[in-house]
Amino acid sequence: MSASAQPEAASGQGPNIADVMQTIAEHKGCGTSGGSGKASCGSGAGQGDLPTEIWEKVKNHPCYSEEAHHHYARMHVAVAPACNIQCNYCNRKYDCANESRPGVVSEKLTPEQAAKKVLAVASTIPQMTVLGIAGPGDPLANPEKTFKTFELIAKTAPDIKLCLSTNGLALPDHVDTIAGFNVDHVTITINMVDPEVGAKIYPWVFWKHKRYTGIEAAKLLTDRQLLGLEMLTERGILCKVNSVMIPGVNDQHLVEVNKAVKSRGAFLHNIMPLISAPEHGTVFGLTGQRGPTAQELKALQDSCEGEMNMMRHCRQCRADAVGLLGEDRSAEFTTDKIMAMEVNYDLDTRKAYQAKVEEERVAKVAAKQQELETLAGEMSDIKLLVAVATKGSGLINEHFGHAKEFQVYELSTAGAKFVGHRRVDLYCQGGYGDEDSLETVIRAINDCHAVFVAKIGGCPKADLLKAGIEPVDQFAHEFIEKSAISWFKAYLDKVNVGEIEHVERGDAEIRQGALITAA
Amino acid sequence: MTLKIISSQCTSCSACEPECPNVAISEKNGTFVIDPKKCTECIGHFDSPQCAAVCPVDNTCVIDPAFPRYQPPA
Ligand code: SF4
Ligand code: SF4
Ligand code: SF4
Repeated sequence: MSASAQPEAASGQGPNIADVMQTIAEHKGCGTSGGSGKASCGSGAGQGDLPTEIWEKVKNHPCYSEEAHHHYARMHVAVAPACNIQCNYCNRKYDCANESRPGVVSEKLTPEQAAKKVLAVASTIPQMTVLGIAGPGDPLANPEKTFKTFELIAKTAPDIKLCLSTNGLALPDHVDTIAGFNVDHVTITINMVDPEVGAKIYPWVFWKHKRYTGIEAAKLLTDRQLLGLEMLTERGILCKVNSVMIPGVNDQHLVEVNKAVKSRGAFLHNIMPLISAPEHGTVFGLTGQRGPTAQELKALQDSCEGEMNMMRHCRQCRADAVGLLGEDRSAEFTTDKIMAMEVNYDLDTRKAYQAKVEEERVAKVAAKQQELETLAGEMSDIKLLVAVATKGSGLINEHFGHAKEFQVYELSTAGAKFVGHRRVDLYCQGGYGDEDSLETVIRAINDCHAVFVAKIGGCPKADLLKAGIEPVDQFAHEFIEKSAISWFKAYLDKVNVGEIEHVERGDAEIRQGALITAA
Repeated sequence: MTLKIISSQCTSCSACEPECPNVAISEKNGTFVIDPKKCTECIGHFDSPQCAAVCPVDNTCVIDPAFPRYQPPA
């Protein structure tokens, strides 16, 4: 936790909602860009300049706080199969053993089964702090199931934060119920504010007993989404906006969307790459609509960042994902297994465990601050990316060959800033054929100068070096940011004395195939 | 006629079930079915059959020619 708390908000009773909203509106981007190394936003590191009231809501929410995502877990329960709109990037018929992507789910649950599952998971994974309902359809097209689930969980596991993701069409009708259940966090997927753009993404919406199509449908949807967003932020509910980046369709337009949602008080904007492999059978998959490259995605996120907090650690989770972001333990909690489980929900044990997690977290931030001081006074325009193999806790603690994803940090004299992750699992062969798995890994992190690992074999080491990526294992089991900064300092030194020459790296590929273990 | 659901195409998403004004739709063995005795093609309720309008898979809720067209009570 950073020491620079917002004094007004921290003192006395909580600020009133209007003040809080004002503060959110004024709060701009990540402090890391200021050169002070102070990361400060919902997607960034510690409390920074967030008002205490807001910090309390996000500090152990893995999606709302980038730093929290190393330490805390979330789960989704799939109680909401029905939907009221159709998106060209969704095909709800598809669910195979090798498939895992947003909207897809293996088992649908009743609210009672869902409540039991939450208790079972919370007893097994004490750092599970957030329960979300995110489909596979629209939770608000299934209001009875969604709210029944919240009701049951609020009764049996009162410490767990409730979360909801919606397409927003039905949102204005349910805002009061959402507030009534103390749902602190709502995600609205908003891909456009211009109906002309919307007509290319949504073939139809179903509203008040009628199917609407084309521009009329998109107009209805955007009006309802923005109204719902305003109604939520007025009530002090934190809103995250998800946007799917579709090159050639809405990529330029998302800058407009960013402004529109920011002006209505959205807390966090999450621009995600389109997933559109042909075998998913979505309209975009079948028409050959491509997804963005890593650089295109980052450029768009960077261009929106001055406007508001950008989320970069989203894993585009399944509607039944369980565990830390980037891991999926849902297979441990199938309905059969849960129903057979003896559940002992012990609030004190959970609290004690989470207190330990907080200690670890404070130590990590302190270490980073210390290391940052070594960069003070360094003058260099060099900015580069590095990849990290990690299993969580903010440590470099994964073997190169076991990594299913790499976390990517941008290093500059301002410090280390998290900018994304790259999945590299190879469970589904879609698009990759029989290629050597190492090649696919290199393609996924081809824009990085180095890869930090706990351990790496001799063979991949040589191949990585040949590709121009330095494998770094000397920081095994140390803190990510501290190590990255220390490596960067040494890199700058070598450039300065002419020992190495700094060269720019190329673009990287965002993995399009299905994934099963990265949640 | 009434509507029927082509079960091989149904994703069991349950979107149609609550929309039916006649409670004609229910779940059977994992997919949804329409009770032809209850379906009125939504005539008298809505402009178009609601199950077909909300179903995400086109041509899944379709007219069943095996049944005579519904006549609203005079
Ligand atoms: S899809 Fe993104 S925002 Fe939602 S739970 Fe996963 S990481 Fe968090
Ligand atoms: S057509 Fe109307 S009445 Fe018949 S099953 Fe569909 S929704 Fe029900
Ligand atoms: S809406 Fe269509 S796919 Fe969904 S349950 Fe009804 S018939 Fe099946």
